[in-house]
Amino acid sequence: MAPFVNAGQFLDVTDVWDGNGLNDSLASAAASMTIDGKKWGVPYTYYQWGIYFNKDAYKAAGVEAPGPEGVDWATFIANCEKFKAAGIDCLTTGTKALWPGAGIFDYMSLRTNGYEWHMDLTAGKIAWTDDSVRAVFAELGKLQPYVTANHAAIDWQDAAALLVQGKAANYVMGNFAVATFKEGGMTNDNLGFMAFPEITPGIPRSEDAPTDTIHIPAGAANPADAKLFLAYVASADAQTKLNAAIGQLPTNKNSTVPQDDPFLVSGFQMLSTAHALSQFFDRDAPAEMAKAGMEGIQQFLVQPEELDNILARLEQVRGQVYK
Amino acid sequence: MSAYWKANQRRLAPWLFLAPGMLMFAVYVIIPIFQSMWISFYDWDGLGEATWIGTANYVEMTTDPNMRKSFVNNIIWLVLYLLAVPAGLFIAIFLNQTVGGIRLYKSLFFFPFVISQVVVGLIFSWFYAPGFGLFYKVIEYFNGTGIAILADPDLVTYGIIAAGLWPQIAYVMILYLTGLNNVAPDQVEAARLDGAKGWKMLYYVILPQLRPATFIAVVVTVIGALRSFDLVSIMTSGGPFGSSRVLSYYMYETALSEYGYRMGYGAAIAVVLFAIMMVFISGFIWKMWRDETER
Repeated sequence: MAPFVNAGQFLDVTDVWDGNGLNDSLASAAASMTIDGKKWGVPYTYYQWGIYFNKDAYKAAGVEAPGPEGVDWATFIANCEKFKAAGIDCLTTGTKALWPGAGIFDYMSLRTNGYEWHMDLTAGKIAWTDDSVRAVFAELGKLQPYVTANHAAIDWQDAAALLVQGKAANYVMGNFAVATFKEGGMTNDNLGFMAFPEITPGIPRSEDAPTDTIHIPAGAANPADAKLFLAYVASADAQTKLNAAIGQLPTNKNSTVPQDDPFLVSGFQMLSTAHALSQFFDRDAPAEMAKAGMEGIQQFLVQPEELDNILARLEQVRGQVYK
Repeated sequence: MSAYWKANQRRLAPWLFLAPGMLMFAVYVIIPIFQSMWISFYDWDGLGEATWIGTANYVEMTTDPNMRKSFVNNIIWLVLYLLAVPAGLFIAIFLNQTVGGIRLYKSLFFFPFVISQVVVGLIFSWFYAPGFGLFYKVIEYFNGTGIAILADPDLVTYGIIAAGLWPQIAYVMILYLTGLNNVAPDQVEAARLDGAKGWKMLYYVILPQLRPATFIAVVVTVIGALRSFDLVSIMTSGGPFGSSRVLSYYMYETALSEYGYRMGYGAAIAVVLFAIMMVFISGFIWKMWRDETER
């Protein structure tokens, strides 16, 4: 949103927020829609990220499947060792398009150093060569040997197929992937979902929840009706219906989610009790930093021994991007 | 008016016929070249205000590791792509015989050039795909573990070039097949009477007569190598971590892609690519001009 707002391409819609009580009903998204104290659009949907897992793969490897409360980090890594022995990828991903790797990194960062630190990192306030960054990569390094080999050559849908076939056990993904898993033949019985495990004890749990938004272009011919539409899209009823249709979560806190979808129910529960929500690496960081960062994350997942070079390069990019 | 037209008709008519083409060429080629050069001196995100920064984009380029990688890859492309010329010649000579069904064989060899580069890219992506790709499976059968070419930073560029060579060889082959039709049979006959055969026949009698075809083949191959964009975009998007970038793709990435907001830097890359192409293109044009005036 920032590049468009800074370039003067969006209309200020603060009055829509104030006139329709959105500051209260959309409170969770208010901060991310605000630049210079003004609101620049309304959110209409978001979805949770977390770990989707194949219960059959857990059974095949003789590992106890996690319940809704999840597992702790040490158990997760210990399980990975068992999956490896059983010839199953503990964690799968497809980083050809780069962003799926960033999802893993986001959680490493949020769980190791917390939301505020992660925001500082993506805002360019922390040096990539700092020890706190190395701590994140150290945790990622524990996971690295158990990630699907050749993930750099496959798309996220290809990795989803590995999960569906039971060749992989866990997948850090957004809730949109559930439709793909189910098309592949999984059901609510063998597809599980849990929040990403806690790494550093005591850090309040924050989640990745990319929000989709609607804006009005600055030169719009009929801003009055456009604002009316924005107010409608932001309403609890409209968001309930819209999100039930697209299988995502409403941003309006007075909306409801379909109770027969366990993934939406647990996602809604998880996000409404979270300490804070990040937007995703490539939205939190400026485009150029995001691109370089995601390449660095992908390279680390392939060549962990290159960490020093990766961090030095990212630090160089940071020097150029945030001026 | 009419008198003027009558007097100068022969002088004006060619320009009138040329005018539409020249207008299009100016609007879509010549003017954008200068616009790109102009933009390359700015820092501009494509939305907001552009700031004049002089040659800063070009200075940044000298230390940009992505730029270096793209440049090196472009050179690898250029060198390996030229393999299409001898390979195409070999297949053309092989197919230049009169046996039953040769037309069918020729069209089968020509087939890869007919399908779109995007389809070629997709076919080869599946061919290399880890887990189910034919190439991966064959390597796995002999080696124990498969090699995912497109996930390997050291091999990925070669994997894409191999995909590009497939249609390019077919193209060169067609150029040589037409060339071989025009080889004077009496010269071949005379050479045979003098006892020339095999390599000597090829080198001293056939190849000199194929020079125009060789020239065109080299030109299209060099230009094809320099504008290699479609295959990189389809097969890897420049990945893994930028290992298969070439200049044209890097230009698109910085200026126009999902994460590209640097029009100025992208334009600067375009200018560099243009300069490299100009070296080759002026060489070709100079040679053509020399050949024509010498006759």
